[in-house]
Amino acid sequence: MTGREALPHYVESTRLQHFVNYEVVGKSALRVQRWRDQWKLATRRPRPDSPLSPPLRCVAYMKEIMSRHYLEGRYAAGVRKVAWVTSGAPTEPLQALGYFLVYPENHAALCGVRRKAQSIAEEAEHAGWSRDICSYARTDIGSMLSGKTPAGRLPRPDVLVCCTNICQTVLHWYRVLADYFGCPLVLIDTPFLFHEAHEHEVAYVKRQIEDMICVAEEIAGKSLHEKRFQDVMANARRGAELWLEILNRSQHRPAPMTAFDGFIHMGPIVDMRGEAVVVAYYERMLAELDERIDRGIGAIKNERYRVLWDNLPIWFKIGDLSKWLAERGVNVVASTYTYAWGELAPMIDPDHPLDSMARVYLHPILNRSTGHKLESMKRMVDEFELDGVILHSDRSCKPYSLGQIDQRDRLVKKLGVPALLLEADHNDPRDYAEEQGSNRLEAFVETMEARA
Amino acid sequence: MSHVAAIGIDAGSTTCKLVAVDRDGAIIAWLLEPTEPRVEIQVRRMLDALRAEIRIETAVPAIATGYGRKLIKQATRNLTEITCHARGVFRDLGRAGTLIDIGGQDSKVIQIGEDGRPVDFMMNDKCAAGTGRFLEYTAARLGVPIEALGKRALSVSSEEPISSTCTVFAESEIISLIARGAEPDAILRGLHRSLVGRVVSMARSVGIVPPVMLSGGVARNEAVRTMIAEATGEDVIVPRQPQLMGAYGAALLGSAA
Ligand code: SF4
Repeated sequence: MTGREALPHYVESTRLQHFVNYEVVGKSALRVQRWRDQWKLATRRPRPDSPLSPPLRCVAYMKEIMSRHYLEGRYAAGVRKVAWVTSGAPTEPLQALGYFLVYPENHAALCGVRRKAQSIAEEAEHAGWSRDICSYARTDIGSMLSGKTPAGRLPRPDVLVCCTNICQTVLHWYRVLADYFGCPLVLIDTPFLFHEAHEHEVAYVKRQIEDMICVAEEIAGKSLHEKRFQDVMANARRGAELWLEILNRSQHRPAPMTAFDGFIHMGPIVDMRGEAVVVAYYERMLAELDERIDRGIGAIKNERYRVLWDNLPIWFKIGDLSKWLAERGVNVVASTYTYAWGELAPMIDPDHPLDSMARVYLHPILNRSTGHKLESMKRMVDEFELDGVILHSDRSCKPYSLGQIDQRDRLVKKLGVPALLLEADHNDPRDYAEEQGSNRLEAFVETMEARA
Repeated sequence: MSHVAAIGIDAGSTTCKLVAVDRDGAIIAWLLEPTEPRVEIQVRRMLDALRAEIRIETAVPAIATGYGRKLIKQATRNLTEITCHARGVFRDLGRAGTLIDIGGQDSKVIQIGEDGRPVDFMMNDKCAAGTGRFLEYTAARLGVPIEALGKRALSVSSEEPISSTCTVFAESEIISLIARGAEPDAILRGLHRSLVGRVVSMARSVGIVPPVMLSGGVARNEAVRTMIAEATGEDVIVPRQPQLMGAYGAALLGSAA
């Protein structure tokens, strides 16, 4: 099948290319790179003037895992079946069927961190996509049209899986992808939860997952192996449990990691959940955090205030922001966003994979009421002993930002914690006013200081 | 004359203010000028002028606030207007409550707690409507000097409602109102109402705890004061020198008085 446009940058690889460039040369080169990174981290001279403690040593492994994933992506088309999926899509059966998964949202975030998102999004804007559309969608559509990507190359999808448990934007976005790529689109509709899920809602989602499996099996030309599926589910559960434990380690004072570290280290649980490598990685990370806790090492050197971050990060600013806040003794120790990939771990049941998947994928924070998010935030303020809350009002992500004015209000009035609404965008620097943003942040820090 | 304990510098977008306080936190001297493009040079000159007026020891702390605060090399520390206005007004009026600061280029609502500390705040820093610039810009279109704005707006009972929420579009609206023969003072009244409406809705989102207090240059405008009182149904109290409150608070924070 061919799409609406030629999109010449989506090329297929041969098995030989995949083997030589990825399996042999690529993997070895990345291992050598990891050794170099480890050596650099181990021999790094202390930086007394930096407000941050040295980075976690495990970051070298994370770079290796993530780079390997994107590297394989360059050679996956034509060798493995490829699915492009939304961040909240039920991917475990696809993993078990051997699909290579591409998460366009994560790819867009990568563009954001590398400060390439604006120029790539402009490719979409020049082609007529409105600036009011989520900047993730614009970044990925821009990348699809132009071939521009810091990842080298993405593989063309054989199937698209879109789950509406995060927003309705993805529905329209994936229809566009389907139109361009001319491949099947599986849509999984998740009813919005005002309270707990009803059984008929669980049954409804489960049936759609079953339908997805049929489509995926047909495209893959093989059937889902039950044992393999359960293994993937078990890894998914263990990975999510570990991730939750990692995040909860920041309840310690001083917190061994910041939410900014979390934004970076969440890559594996988002992109590769269900794979054994994720479990191994998070075990390593957890051990290192425990070592920090034992030695009383905090992620920032002088932790005076502990803060919660709500909503997506501002990808193009995370480095600057984490340093700026650390200089003022502010440690962002928790975030509702990173939590979203851990908090549902107890729901995953490898013995009842389909039922539990239906439940899990109905319950992401973005598919639940604003009151639910407020309750989660209140609980985090309590459990992490927080001094303040930063609510990033994200111009792109309407479902996440909806209700923040009232949530902020309740946090200030009911809990008495200073809370700041920071207007920005997760990927588009044109929607962040530097001067005004830092002025608000400064005033927020001073308000916490005044209470101390 | 008593010794200078600290200096506050408020490098605002419209005006630049310097205040010197003594150990008891009383204002000994102050200066106010329209902000010049190179505010750091201006502050240096104003500090010299202040020195000519009163004796200042070299080691006196100087706290800078306002949008240009980071450019002021002489400052020992800089703090946002939120902290400084709250401190200045609390010291001057001695009341907890809701402070509305309408500056030249932004406006803020600050809730001041019983101990004088800012509990919560909200800023309008994205849009000129709702700031002093809105009146300045539109008044220029009507040819009315700024000092006369409030009096003229209160001198009439009729009011032309202004529907545009944007400063630039409000200007076009004024032009068409004039063309239709509307009374300029009634237009002015409508403009004040529009500004007050926006500021009060921001105050409501923070939550209005009485009394309502005003600071910043626009607080000297009697129509703004009257209309805020009408809109909130609360008493509005204003410090003697509302424009100096940022610099005054900064000086107080420097002297820890
Ligand atoms: S609107 Fe929000 S949830 Fe939807 S794709 Fe964009 S960032 Fe993700």
